[in-house]
Amino acid sequence: MSLTLLNVIVAVVIAIAFAALNAAYLVWAERRGAARIQRRPGPNINGPFGLLQPPLDGIKLMAKQLTIPGGADKVLFIAAPVLAMFPAIMSFVTIPFSESIVAKNMNVGVLMIFAFASTGSMALVFAGWSSRNKYAMMSSVRAVSQAVAYEIPMLITTITVVMIAGSTDLMEIVRQQSGSILHWNIFPVLGNSHNLLMPMSFLIFFTCTLAETNRAPFDLGEAESELVAGFHTEYGSMGFGLFFMGEYANIVIGSCMTTILFLGGWNAPLPFLGFIPGIFWFLLKLYLLIATFIWIRWTFPRTTIYGLLNLSWKILIPLSLFNLLFTAGLIKVF
Amino acid sequence: MITYFTDIYHGLISLFIGMGITFKEFFSPTVTVSYPYETLTMCDRYRGHTQLIANEEGKPNCVVCGLCEKACPSNCISLAGEKPEGGKKKVLTKYILDFTRCSLCGSCVESCNFNALEFSKEYNLASTRKEDFIFDLLKRLEEKNK
Repeated sequence: MSLTLLNVIVAVVIAIAFAALNAAYLVWAERRGAARIQRRPGPNINGPFGLLQPPLDGIKLMAKQLTIPGGADKVLFIAAPVLAMFPAIMSFVTIPFSESIVAKNMNVGVLMIFAFASTGSMALVFAGWSSRNKYAMMSSVRAVSQAVAYEIPMLITTITVVMIAGSTDLMEIVRQQSGSILHWNIFPVLGNSHNLLMPMSFLIFFTCTLAETNRAPFDLGEAESELVAGFHTEYGSMGFGLFFMGEYANIVIGSCMTTILFLGGWNAPLPFLGFIPGIFWFLLKLYLLIATFIWIRWTFPRTTIYGLLNLSWKILIPLSLFNLLFTAGLIKVF
Repeated sequence: MITYFTDIYHGLISLFIGMGITFKEFFSPTVTVSYPYETLTMCDRYRGHTQLIANEEGKPNCVVCGLCEKACPSNCISLAGEKPEGGKKKVLTKYILDFTRCSLCGSCVESCNFNALEFSKEYNLASTRKEDFIFDLLKRLEEKNK
């Protein structure tokens, strides 16, 4: 018993280390990627290719003082950044990286991840409310409407996938997509569903992930041209650092979920490539998705708040609802 | 109803076109240089502050006619010269350019008939003191000759 407990603790520590390392080095990847797209070199002074930039940024942030603005709600103000980082780390516990690499598999893994993901937007609300700053307040108002608008289509598309798999266990969902690229939920020619609308479902889910993680072009919560920095206007030092790391950890979680639900998790795209370990395929898909996140951020300008809400209520929700009914019909037929 | 779907379709296509453009840019070479470590050579028509042109012996071409001083609309230039013992031409002894007032209009360069004045390619001009922008162009020429 004590041995299994130890195993779980070690696995959780590894999950936390993975989240933190990813958060740190995605900042570097983001800055280098942005620079490449804008045709400049990017951070290249500290260490080879600027690889020492993230630890140095971290040291700088840790060395600074955490100031609490006058009249702020102190408890919430300090709790908010922790709350931003905590759900992202917790979600890693149940993500299956391969057949054997998973900290703690649960039969309600999908539910758990979405439960934690929705507490992520609570962090933004707390931060905006407790800062006693009008810009932060505006930002949290936006964060609420955005979270409400985008969690609905996201959950509907997830339900579609859960219906196809017949399980909320993440490992089971991945196992059902094994075989080849044609068994994955995104190209469901040979898989459980023969639903040819699944690529659309994938796009809806991916768009919602972008919006849920407050990434450009949906980063209205921190629209710096209107709201200074949005919810983290009043945060300095590691308070800001945690928000920043939480954002990147959420991106990793979002990409993990997209990989698991639509891209076949750790499965190889072609059967004869099955000799390569699953973790390789999982990380390959994961980082391709993350690269797409960065690519999208530096391609599209920020939308307006009306554009954002219209996209969700007028396009994503009707289409995802239609897909849900269509899939239900197909499952009944076949 | 049809416009609803065509709008979605065209919107989606335009997003992919945009992403195609940034994808191409990603693999294009960088156009900037890391400034303090690398510098660009200034183009031919770049206007830095003026400087004197030397002849083959390293002496200024200037004959102290004073046309540049007269041409300057902001009175930035003050120069002096003297005729040496036994010499025919006047020799420049002082050429002060007050760069705090210069607007780089180029009237001085235009007015010079003896090919004695040109724009330099100097652009690293930052200082906290006003006096640093009053240039002694004769001294500058001597330093350049060393």
